[in-house]
Formats: sequence, structure tokens, C-alpha cells
Amino acid sequence: MAGMGKIARRGFLIGAATVAGGLALGVYSLRQPYSSPLSKDLPPGMAALTPYVVIDRTGVTLITPRAEMGQGATSIQAALLAEELDYPLDAVRTDPGIPAPAYYNARIVAEGLPFAATDTGWLAETARETGAMVGKLMSLQITGGSTTVPDAYDRLRMAGATARAMLVTAAARRLGLDEAALRTEAGAVIAPDGTRLSYVELAPAAGRLLEPRKVALKDPSDWRILGKPMQRLDIVAKSTGTARYGIDQTAPGMLFATVRTNPARGGGVLSFDASRAEAMRGVVKVMRLPDGIGVLADNTWRAFQAAKAVEIEWGPAPSPANTEALFDSIAGAFETRRDSRLKNEGDVEAALAGGADVEAEYRVPFLAHAPLEPMTAFAWFRNGMLELRAGTQIPRFVIDTAQRLSGLHEDLVGLYALPMGGSFGRRLEDDFIDQAVRLAWAAEGRPVRLTWSREEDMARDFPRPAAIARGRGRVEGGQVAALDLAIAAPSVSASQMGRLGVPTMGPDTAIVAGAWDQPFAIPSCRVTGHRAPETVPVSSWRSVGASANAFFHESLMDELIHAAGADPLAERLRLCTHAPSARVLEAVGQLSGWGTDPGPGRGRGLAFCLSFGVPCAEVVEVTATAEGIRIDRVLAVAEVGRVLDPVNIENQIQGGVIWGLGHAIWGELTHAEGRVEQANFDSYRAMRIGECPEIVVQALGSGGPVRGIGEPPVPPAAPALANAIFAATGQRLRSLPLARSVRFV
Amino acid sequence: MRLTVNGTEHDLDIEPEMPLLWVLRDVLGLTGTKYGCGIGQCGACTVHLGGRAVQSCQIAAGDVDGPVTTIEGLGTPEAPHPVQAAWIETQVAQCGYCQSGQIMAAAALLAETPQPDAAQIDAALDANLCRCGTYPRIRAAVRLAADKLREG
Repeated sequence: MAGMGKIARRGFLIGAATVAGGLALGVYSLRQPYSSPLSKDLPPGMAALTPYVVIDRTGVTLITPRAEMGQGATSIQAALLAEELDYPLDAVRTDPGIPAPAYYNARIVAEGLPFAATDTGWLAETARETGAMVGKLMSLQITGGSTTVPDAYDRLRMAGATARAMLVTAAARRLGLDEAALRTEAGAVIAPDGTRLSYVELAPAAGRLLEPRKVALKDPSDWRILGKPMQRLDIVAKSTGTARYGIDQTAPGMLFATVRTNPARGGGVLSFDASRAEAMRGVVKVMRLPDGIGVLADNTWRAFQAAKAVEIEWGPAPSPANTEALFDSIAGAFETRRDSRLKNEGDVEAALAGGADVEAEYRVPFLAHAPLEPMTAFAWFRNGMLELRAGTQIPRFVIDTAQRLSGLHEDLVGLYALPMGGSFGRRLEDDFIDQAVRLAWAAEGRPVRLTWSREEDMARDFPRPAAIARGRGRVEGGQVAALDLAIAAPSVSASQMGRLGVPTMGPDTAIVAGAWDQPFAIPSCRVTGHRAPETVPVSSWRSVGASANAFFHESLMDELIHAAGADPLAERLRLCTHAPSARVLEAVGQLSGWGTDPGPGRGRGLAFCLSFGVPCAEVVEVTATAEGIRIDRVLAVAEVGRVLDPVNIENQIQGGVIWGLGHAIWGELTHAEGRVEQANFDSYRAMRIGECPEIVVQALGSGGPVRGIGEPPVPPAAPALANAIFAATGQRLRSLPLARSVRFV
Repeated sequence: MRLTVNGTEHDLDIEPEMPLLWVLRDVLGLTGTKYGCGIGQCGACTVHLGGRAVQSCQIAAGDVDGPVTTIEGLGTPEAPHPVQAAWIETQVAQCGYCQSGQIMAAAALLAETPQPDAAQIDAALDANLCRCGTYPRIRAAVRLAADKLREG
């Protein structure tokens, strides 16, 4: 079996990746590190320096284990490595590598801890260190939580510097010179007399060295790549139709598959009749799958047609039948056990004993991820091995799933991680991989490419949960004096981690994230979380809890500030206790011309949210026209500690604003008879180019921890828009989607 | 059935009702054209039919009445079309999945309207959904592509 494993590993890599195996290579310089996954058999002439740098006769390949879903993960990982390696970014190849414990995420656990990002006290820091150990012990190779850059910033620069140091040592030995006399530039070690030794020729000798215990990192002022606009490594492929996603995978003799599952999730199949479908052209097989059926055919369209032709008697829906019942279940949580009270400052009860100046209920709906590439996966059983190719944020969980289903040893299951046509958290689930494995098993040696229809994708999403908030507050002397916010929502963490088999304990911070942890010193302030029953399974959706809770918090803040007769920007600045957050608020004020007259029929709305460690403030400008609300302009400012790629950061912030606005206006999944009522982009509306306002972005890098930007721009967008509509029309909107209450141009 | 795609004529034994999208992707292996919705709502499958931008998921193979151009026929990584070059220079793509369709729609617009104004750009691309939200860069890239085409 061990021999088989070696063969399998090598086989997969030759088939799928440019990295064909790897070399056992000492110790990577983190304490008690995992062994390098590149540490098995290695073809002659190839060296692996750290788990991230592979050099062969044709050049350098950088391993970029965090998944590419559009956020630019591949390019930034490569840039961090290439900067310290002194290798030109446009000359590197990248490879996602073999899913491995060495690529654990040290930051993902910390994100869920009940400590605000502004808390740098001993207890919070100790908990974060412990969180990093948990991530390591559980070898959580996960892409998400805007952690790619924070997790990689030191680690990949260290790896690049380590590999560079080994190459310099190899050159020093060959030339009989002192290492200090040598420098590196553009993939070569250069001697004082001008002799250039390329990394390629030095690699075999470098690969036999032990990794140095200590290496120095460049001063950022010496950076050649980081901090400057860089060309994304995938930009040419993605502009010429040559990028290969899951939906584009091919192999000789491949079968094209699709699935059709019970639209009332979990209801099961009572019986089905595939006789008509099986007689259709190109159909190879119709088979039962958990909660549905699968079709194997000779092209995707024929599989789609056949799946529709299967007559299926579905079992009844196990969850509450409709949207009203789902919201009732959430509202009921206010009366039951409290999940958390992470903020409780001053004396809220006393402050509100005389009555509240503002008392309001807010609601947000279930939302779909709906990445434009529907769920897809490629699976192939052959020679006792299973090869998978798929876009996923959780590669090691995918291998676990495949192993469990197939009974194969871990070494006999290979996964090549592909770029994703969007994810937004959807591919933190591996339900579609499970199906692909079952279909491939039934295909008896033939490769299978599974493609979901859009309708399947909408029906079987794991949505962002709906949530309800009840807010109260008091104002005094033109200031916000008390804020009391209670939020009820199903637990994303329990639902999602439950499916992955990872236990969760204690409160779910996602229920209150983006509300309890905000840097404002309101004299009496309390944020309480209530955990609603799961009803429908829910999952992480771009910016997770903050996507709902910023709407609650910032709408209530705006109402209180209005009741106090104060200015939304000035009052937030007065209450703000966190210098980077104050900087962001001041900057968005300047950028928007806050305080100047917006003009007749126009209004400006401000919202702020500190999420994933990033303070982000947005101002939305709207005009109330005869045809409805028109969004004229959005100003967005975020503080990320250090701007590593100004182009990508602007693109991510603009995209986050558009994501936030589009869902605030139209986004909604409703349920009837246990089924999601939206089946496609006609009923699940998203923002289109003609509806997209001008978006002006300012990214601040004023020092402090380096943060990720994929999610933080999303939470402020919805409340900034609702607050702008109030400023322009006097109409207070407390429920999303907004298009249910007002018309948009 | 005969189809001319990217200048090559194909003799195909397929159902006339099969959407052009799936003929391109699964029969001819031209995977640059993407499936996103299947009902003409997202534009990821946009190709040129006789020079016009059409959603290939909405056209039955039997109704194809002219030569088809896909993203692969527009340009290549080595020799990108000016619209593709503008997309690269502007760094438009995030996930990139919708961009084949966006580029095909933009190329058809510029072939007909070499100097489009902002409203014309938005109107021509309104059928093309981008979930990542690259619209500001798409607008900039179309303007840059117009400049490139004018300068030849």
C-alpha cells in the first residue's frame, strides 16, 4: 500500500501539476514545523527549498496554497515569495501544491475568537496564539476570513528569504567566497567580479543544504515588487478565455454529469423512474444520489435534459415551510437562551429606564452566494486511485470526504485545486465534490466532469442566514448616550463546522460580529446575541456576520445620531476610541465633501464597520428622482496596515461595495413549501453595470498589522445606502432588500 | 449540420435544438465561452454571430445562420485583440469567469460604435453580469480599447 501511495502521489502531480514530486529537505524555519509535502520522491535536477519554492532546469515554481477565487490570492502569495527570493514576478510559475498540513492557516481560528480586533491585551493576544496552534494542530488549510495576506505576510516572505539564503550559500561554496560578498538579483547570485550564477544552476546544490535557522527580511523601502502596482499572474489567461476552471476540465473519454436533488433540501427521493431519460440520446446512466439523482451523459446539455426528464417523487420538506415561519423561528430566539453578551459597558438598563428615544426592529433576508461558475468538479477513479480537480476553499476536507466515500488511503486521493469562477464562501462546502466522487465511482474508470445547473446551484446553496435585530437607545445633550442591540440569527459556525465534522464551543461570534466589536465609547452600550435554531443549513457569505450586523448597528447609530440632532460623522468621530478607525472616518469625510450641501433632492449616508481587523467607512450619495432612488457616487476608505498591491486593493474594494449594494437593494432568498423560490438570476437580481455608481476608493496603509481586503468593504455598503436614502427622503428603511420598500432607477 | 466557428467549418451530428453554447463547449471543446445561467440572464456565454453579440445559450444550433466567433477566435495570449489588450492593461478580471462574455460584448459594441459614450457602454454591457463587481474597470477598459482601436 505504501508503494502504491508513492506512485499515486507522483502520478497525480505529473498529471495535474507542473511540480512533479519534491525532495526531502530538512526543516522549515517555523518551530516544530510539519514536514514539507514536497519531501517525497524528486526527479533529478529539481530542488525544493521550503514547502513553497521549487526549482528545476526550466525555472522557479512557487507554491501558492491559498485558493484563487478572484481575490488575487495566487498573485499576492507569489509576490510575497518572489520579493524575498529576488526573482522576477513575471517569470514565475505558480502551483497550488499538494493539500498538506504544512499549509495550515494560522489566522482562521483567531477570527472567530471573542476578542475585538482593537483588543491587543495579553488575554486577546494569548488567545490568538492559541488559535494559531489550533489551526496548526488541526492542519486547517482553509482560504477565507480575509486571512490570506495576514497569514502569508511574514510566512511567505520568510520562505522566500530562506530559499534565497540557501542559494547564496550554495553559490558561496562553489565560488569559494564569503556569503556576505554576494548579492542576488532577478534569479541569480552575483559575485563582486560580476560572475552570475543562476538559481537554476545552483538549485541542486542548494537543495542538499539544511535550511538556515534565521534569515533577515528586506526593509520595505527596498521592495521591488510589493507595494507597487503589479500585473495579476492570471490576467492574460482570464482576458483570453484560456483560464481553466472546474467547468473546463477535460480528459480522454470523459463523461459529463449533472445532478438533480430535492428542491426541498433533505426531503429525499421516495421513488424515481428514469426510463424516459435513459432512452435519450447520449445518456449513459441515471443513478440515485443522496437526496436526488445523478446523470452521466456524453455532454452537459444532454445530461441537463435527461435530469429534467427523470420522473421523481420527492419526499416532504423537513424544514419550516415558508419565509414567515423561518423568520418566526428567528424571532423566537429573543425569548430563549442568550448566546453571547460580548459588549456590556455602562448601565444600559438604568440609561433606558426612563424610556428609549429610538426603538426599532431591523431585518435582513437569506442570501445566496451564486458565484457565476456554478458548482463543478472533476473526478476520475483509475488504477486504484482517485484524481480530483476542483475549485475549493477547503482542500484537505475535500480529500477527507473523498477518502471516506471511496475507502481509499489518503495517499491514493489526489486533489488539484483550480481557480474558481467566484465563490464568496460557497466553496467552503464540499457537497458537490461528494457527488462527483459517487458519480466517478459509478463511471467505472472513466473521468467525470460534474456541472450543476444554475437552478440546482440556487436551490442547494447554503445561504447567508436571515437575521433580526432589536435596537433601543437614548440621546442626551445632543449626544448618543445609550445603545442596546440584540441580534437573533442561526449560527453559521455551528452549521458549517458541523458539516465539516469540526466541533464548535461557546458563543458564535458571527451572530454579533461587526456590531459588538466596534470602536465607539458610547457611555452605556450592550450587544447581545441570540442563537436561533438552524432550520435551513447556513454558511459563510462574503463578510459573514458583519454583512448583517453592520446594517443593524449602523442603522441604529444613524437613527440615534439623528435623534440627538448631531452630525453622523462628527458624532462617530467623537465616540471613536481607535486611531486607525478615526483616520478612516476623517478620510471618507474629506473625500466626500462631508458637511457641504449635497444639492436638492440629494442625500449622503455614512456607515462604518471594523471587520476582519480592517476599519472601513463608506459614504453613499443618492438622488431622489421622479423615477426612484439613483445612486450617484460611493466613497470608500479602508485601513489595511500596508498596501501590498494598490491595483488589486482598489478592485477588491470596488467589488465589495458593488456586492454590498446589489444585495442590499435586491438580494433575497425566500422560501415556500420548503423550497427556495429564486431559481436563477432573473429572480435573484444582482447589480448590473448600468446600475453601478462611480466608486472612489482610498486605501490607507498607515502601519500596524497587515490585513486582508476581500470582505471588509462589504458590511458598510448596505447601511450607508439606507442612511443616504433617509438623508434624501426622510424615509427610514429597516428591512433588506431595500427594493421592497423603495424604487431604484 | 454545418457550423463555422472561428473560421473553421465543422460537420456536426447533433440535435438542432442543442444550444450553441454547449456545442461550442462540449462538442468543439472551446471552453472559453462560459455557462452561467442558461436563460440569457448573465451574458457569460456571449459570442459573435455574424459580427453581432449574442447569448449562445439562447440560440439553438439549428438556428445559427452565420459564422460564429468565440473568445478564442478574437485573440490569443500571444496576440490579444485590442479589447483583450485593454482588459489586460486595465487589470479588469477578478475571478474572470464572466470576462469572456464581457470582452465579446465590448468588441461587438466597438465594431459598431467606435467612440461610445458612457451610456452606450453601459447599455451594451448591461446583459453581462459580474458577481465580483469589476464594472468600474470594465468601463475604463472599454474606453481604453476604443482609444487603441482608433490608433490602430
